Amino acid sequence: MSIYEILQIIIPSAIFFAAPLIFTALGGVFSERSGVVNIGLEGLMTIGAFVSIVFNLTFADRFGAFTPWLALLAAVIAGAIFSLLHAVASITFRADQVVSGVAINFLALGLTLFLVKQMYGKGQTDQIQVGFDKIDVPVLSHIPIIGPLFFSNAYIPSYLAIILAFVAWYVIYKTPFGLRLRAVGEHPMAADTMGINVAKMRYIAVMISGALGGLGGGVYATIISRDFSHATISGHGFMALAAMIFGKWHPIGAMGAALFFGFAQSLSIVGQTIPFLKNVPTVYLLIAPYVLTILALAGFIGRAEAPKAIGTPYIKGKR
Amino acid sequence: MNLSRLNQFLVPVLAVLLGMIVGSIVMIVSGYNPIAGYSALIYGAFGDPYYIGETIRQTTPYILSGLAVAFAFRTGLFNIGVEGQLIVGWLAAVWVGVSFDLPKVIHLPLAILAAALAGALWALIPGILKAYLKVHEVIITIMMNYIALHVTNAIIRSVLSDQGFKSKPVRESASLHSDFLDAITYHSTMHYGIIIAIIGAVIMWFLLEKTTKGFELRAVGFNQHASQYAGMNVRTNIILAMVISGAFAGVAGAMEGLGTFGYISTKAGFTGIGFDGIAVALIGGNNAFGILLSALLFGALKVGALEMPSSAGVPTELVDIIIALIIFFVASSYIIRLLLSRLQKGAE
Repeated sequence: MSIYEILQIIIPSAIFFAAPLIFTALGGVFSERSGVVNIGLEGLMTIGAFVSIVFNLTFADRFGAFTPWLALLAAVIAGAIFSLLHAVASITFRADQVVSGVAINFLALGLTLFLVKQMYGKGQTDQIQVGFDKIDVPVLSHIPIIGPLFFSNAYIPSYLAIILAFVAWYVIYKTPFGLRLRAVGEHPMAADTMGINVAKMRYIAVMISGALGGLGGGVYATIISRDFSHATISGHGFMALAAMIFGKWHPIGAMGAALFFGFAQSLSIVGQTIPFLKNVPTVYLLIAPYVLTILALAGFIGRAEAPKAIGTPYIKGKR
Repeated sequence: MNLSRLNQFLVPVLAVLLGMIVGSIVMIVSGYNPIAGYSALIYGAFGDPYYIGETIRQTTPYILSGLAVAFAFRTGLFNIGVEGQLIVGWLAAVWVGVSFDLPKVIHLPLAILAAALAGALWALIPGILKAYLKVHEVIITIMMNYIALHVTNAIIRSVLSDQGFKSKPVRESASLHSDFLDAITYHSTMHYGIIIAIIGAVIMWFLLEKTTKGFELRAVGFNQHASQYAGMNVRTNIILAMVISGAFAGVAGAMEGLGTFGYISTKAGFTGIGFDGIAVALIGGNNAFGILLSALLFGALKVGALEMPSSAGVPTELVDIIIALIIFFVASSYIIRLLLSRLQKGAE
């Protein structure tokens, strides 16, 4: 097996596994840039996965090929609404943001499993019948060498994730909205003095993280797991969180880290088919993304600077 | 009684009550009778000696995982890695439990010590990284959880069994099983671990409240710069706090390995005990005595929930919703405090 053939297995599958992480990690970037820690990404993904699968199973007959897209839209809306709980707790009620995030994770898992039992009378849903089709990107897939690696046999949401990372970068660094977002995360009092509504900005940011977390969960469920059970989202939200920190709270960095995690994840799954990896015990491949993250955080990429006001509620008039 | 003291006690109680109330709203909305639901829950947790035994057995690891989380919290660290430390502790305890042949007075303590050491070692890595490189402990402990899960699974397959999914049972000399507790609780799985858990709570209370080292650890958690200025070694204290927290978590794993199950099997996912420990610590106000009570509450909720589907038709997952809501209300305690202070002002 040549290197090229190996790459042809690994790269598309890395992008495939990375897409949900990219969406969710971008959500994390918005929330944390505004100064609100979001450990609840896992829960938001769970909600998104649940809603997209239920929507898909319920409406597949009516909407046909549009079903998966509408299901993702439903996941986005549900994620945004669910994240309001985190917003209310951590912005208005001044809750400890990490604890509130943990509560969000618990609540999402409990609620979705309760509802699955209610609706289907069993612990998991059926498999969805209508998913996304694999496509070859027109023109680009014909480019020699890189075409087959990056642009064929892939899912549209994967490309959307990568495009969205650049959009998020533009929004956060090049627009007045992004400037305000970063201002309330770095120095909320200064932002307040300049007439920026800190609470409102943070609410918007947390809801964006909810929408994107829901989308990430929806994409994972629709493309990778294709059903919903207690184990559908198991740690992917935390992986996204890690990707966000790894990427230094920067959209492009977060995307890069998510792609890297997707790569490691794909290695652990396709590793068995690749000659020089065949004799490596699976456990090394399974733990690779986590070990690499620790090593990277410890030495290779240096200190990651979080937004300054992260984790602290803003209380008007208090110095 | 001073008002802030009173509130410190009232906030968790109100959070539990609010969680229960919202839980009953969920039950009503989904067409169940909340009174039947909660009766089943209480019966399933305390209805007869068997259920009481099961509740106490479930409470045992909760106490220790709650202590682990709380110890870190009190010293300014957030240890989300209790789950992973618990798993490696479980593995170490079972390993010692099956591979040595020793008298019980040596074997059992040795197995528990091994678990504590394994947990401590697992927490040492995030401790060092936090202390020397200022890498956030939350992210490292999350990663360490996954590494623990996969590594223990691999060791169970290759070392503790012959490519199987389960280790041999631990020897009698390392077991926490008790014929006496078995007899008085109608053959529940309750074991002597509860005594160890209570001793653990006393150790944590003593260590934090009564020793100079405990004062130092809390001081570093409260204000690193001030502690540094006062001549304390901040780095050593951060590492020590993490290691002690991990040791508690490791012993929680020993409770499962030497008591409840008596073996270790490969896991597709986390046990959840470590994560529930976060909730236990919060409700218990991060103090040792409070944690005993909140662990009992969570043990009762989890065990009692098993009775709900058969006698009230309510899915057990409802309890997870209630637990989540309780955490949510504790987190939002600012609003509860605000209401309380309004009420108290109104009464004056």
